[in-house]
Amino acid sequence: MSSLVFVRTFKSLKRVIAGAFLASAIAAPCFAQMPARVVSMNLCTDQLAIMLAAEGQLVSVSRIALDPHVSAMATEAAAYPINAGRAEEVHVLRPDVVLAGKYSSRETVALLRRLGIEVVQFDIVKSLDDVAATMMQMGVALGREARAAEMAAAFEADLAALRADLAGQTVEDMPRAALYYANGYTSGDSSLAGEILAAAGLRNAPAEAGYAWGKLPLEMLAMIAPDVMITARRYPGGSRAEAIMDHPVIGSLRGASTAAALTDHDWVCGTPFVLRAIGDMIEARSAAEGDG
Amino acid sequence: MSRLMMCLIAVLFALVTASFLIGPAALGVGESVAALVNGGDTPAAMVMREIRLPRVLLALMIGASLGLAGAAMQGYLRNPLADPGLIGVSGSAALGAVLSIQIGIAGSVAFALPAFALGGALIGVFAVLLLAGPRGSSLTLILAGIAISALAGALTSLVLNLSPNPFAANEIVFWMMGSLADRSMVHVAIALPLIAVGAVMLLSLKRGLDALTLGEDAAAAMGINLHRLRLTLIFGTAAVVGASTAVAGAIGFVGLVVPHILRPFVGARPGALLWASALGGAIMLLAADIAVRMILPERDLKLGVLTAIVGAPLFLHLIYRTRREGL
Repeated sequence: MSSLVFVRTFKSLKRVIAGAFLASAIAAPCFAQMPARVVSMNLCTDQLAIMLAAEGQLVSVSRIALDPHVSAMATEAAAYPINAGRAEEVHVLRPDVVLAGKYSSRETVALLRRLGIEVVQFDIVKSLDDVAATMMQMGVALGREARAAEMAAAFEADLAALRADLAGQTVEDMPRAALYYANGYTSGDSSLAGEILAAAGLRNAPAEAGYAWGKLPLEMLAMIAPDVMITARRYPGGSRAEAIMDHPVIGSLRGASTAAALTDHDWVCGTPFVLRAIGDMIEARSAAEGDG
Repeated sequence: MSRLMMCLIAVLFALVTASFLIGPAALGVGESVAALVNGGDTPAAMVMREIRLPRVLLALMIGASLGLAGAAMQGYLRNPLADPGLIGVSGSAALGAVLSIQIGIAGSVAFALPAFALGGALIGVFAVLLLAGPRGSSLTLILAGIAISALAGALTSLVLNLSPNPFAANEIVFWMMGSLADRSMVHVAIALPLIAVGAVMLLSLKRGLDALTLGEDAAAAMGINLHRLRLTLIFGTAAVVGASTAVAGAIGFVGLVVPHILRPFVGARPGALLWASALGGAIMLLAADIAVRMILPERDLKLGVLTAIVGAPLFLHLIYRTRREGL
């Protein structure tokens, strides 16, 4: 049943994205309130804007959108001119609206506002329940409320279906997972990553042991001995932060765990791609349950 | 002398025990010892054998290396300000290590990491001794060291900033300050051979360094080959410091503080100071490593921060005394 859910999730995700592109192509009407030129300078706004903007409306996305490690739409982003989030280059693009993150450089945002450009800042999505609201916020910023409402409704429906599958399952029966990132960091329940685990029917073992956010000592990971080890995909070039994944303890935990999985670009932003991340985790859970 | 030795070994033993028992996993004493001795597949055995044991071994090896290298350099240069960290040897070793990681060779050939660090350390020692001269005054030695340290540090930062890995740039502080967090037996295996070779070389300097206190002519008359002594010192220092830095980053001031404290206890004989400083260095680094785990356990406080807090005031004191004595 879990794999059925996964397929369904994936299909509807593809539908949402394809629909977005199609709508962009045929619609492109010039509403008075629809800004003609929009520049995005944040990874998460980049992706939502690519999905929701009318054709020709989005004139530039941020450099990070090209990085396949964190951007789920690196291929699509390659079609846009790139900005590095500097006020000068953004200003030169003569945008009507700039899309930025809540934690984008304060100086840059202040400077752009002083130059008379409307800057819309988006908060970091920390919960699955905030995803639809963020889509709606993007719809308003782009003047594409109808498309955004459609996408939000599809997302909510898929999420509700996933959650319905979990109804009746007790927490004790679920496999214990551990998120373990570079530098030994983990994510607690009240984060997007934590909610992805919960939605897939996995327990967040480090959070249960009191490590809600931040560094999870390697010793504690060894003591927790999770059923599912979830690590991050590694970057090219070496770093000590990621070298921790070569530690023999991680090796033997991966070996002993009934399943190992990776987090990737689908986990980073509050976009429809989190459904795909949940699907991946449902597969990891099935593997763990099948073995256990 | 033998009483000093016994005292140092007793302190070392106490610190090793403490280091095995301190950690977030909150294992009981009996449980810890059982897990360490019996091994097996249990989480406790994994914590004791794969996480705490390498940490203890590395602190012992690296602390002893740094103390020994400091004592040997001070004895040879007859200058109490010589320390592998201060004169840029650790910094150059870190540059070599970072290069081997970023060009990818450290990932494919295990021994490349210490070999590159050794190469960096060798270049650093040669450059400093060349700049400062064979009997360099304190001033030229420290100036040459500052120049080499600054250059090596800047190049290390540059390499890490150019890395395609977004985490690399944040690791400048690790390479400049050093840490033993989350190291494994793999690192022990990487560092041990070079440290063993280097330590044997440095300990073999005992007679030569004692003779050198009478002056170079007298030492030569006693049959000491000064050229060989110098080469042994250079290679021995580069080997122990290079291997240490490759796995733990550059940890300063251990080689300065430890010989200074222990010198009066060995009658100021540089030969006897070698053994004592090796033990003392191990004690200092183990103590520092226990401290970083107790003060801010969740923050991975760097070892070099603590050794500098202890060492820098002493360094300032030594500079002041050097000036007063008009050297």
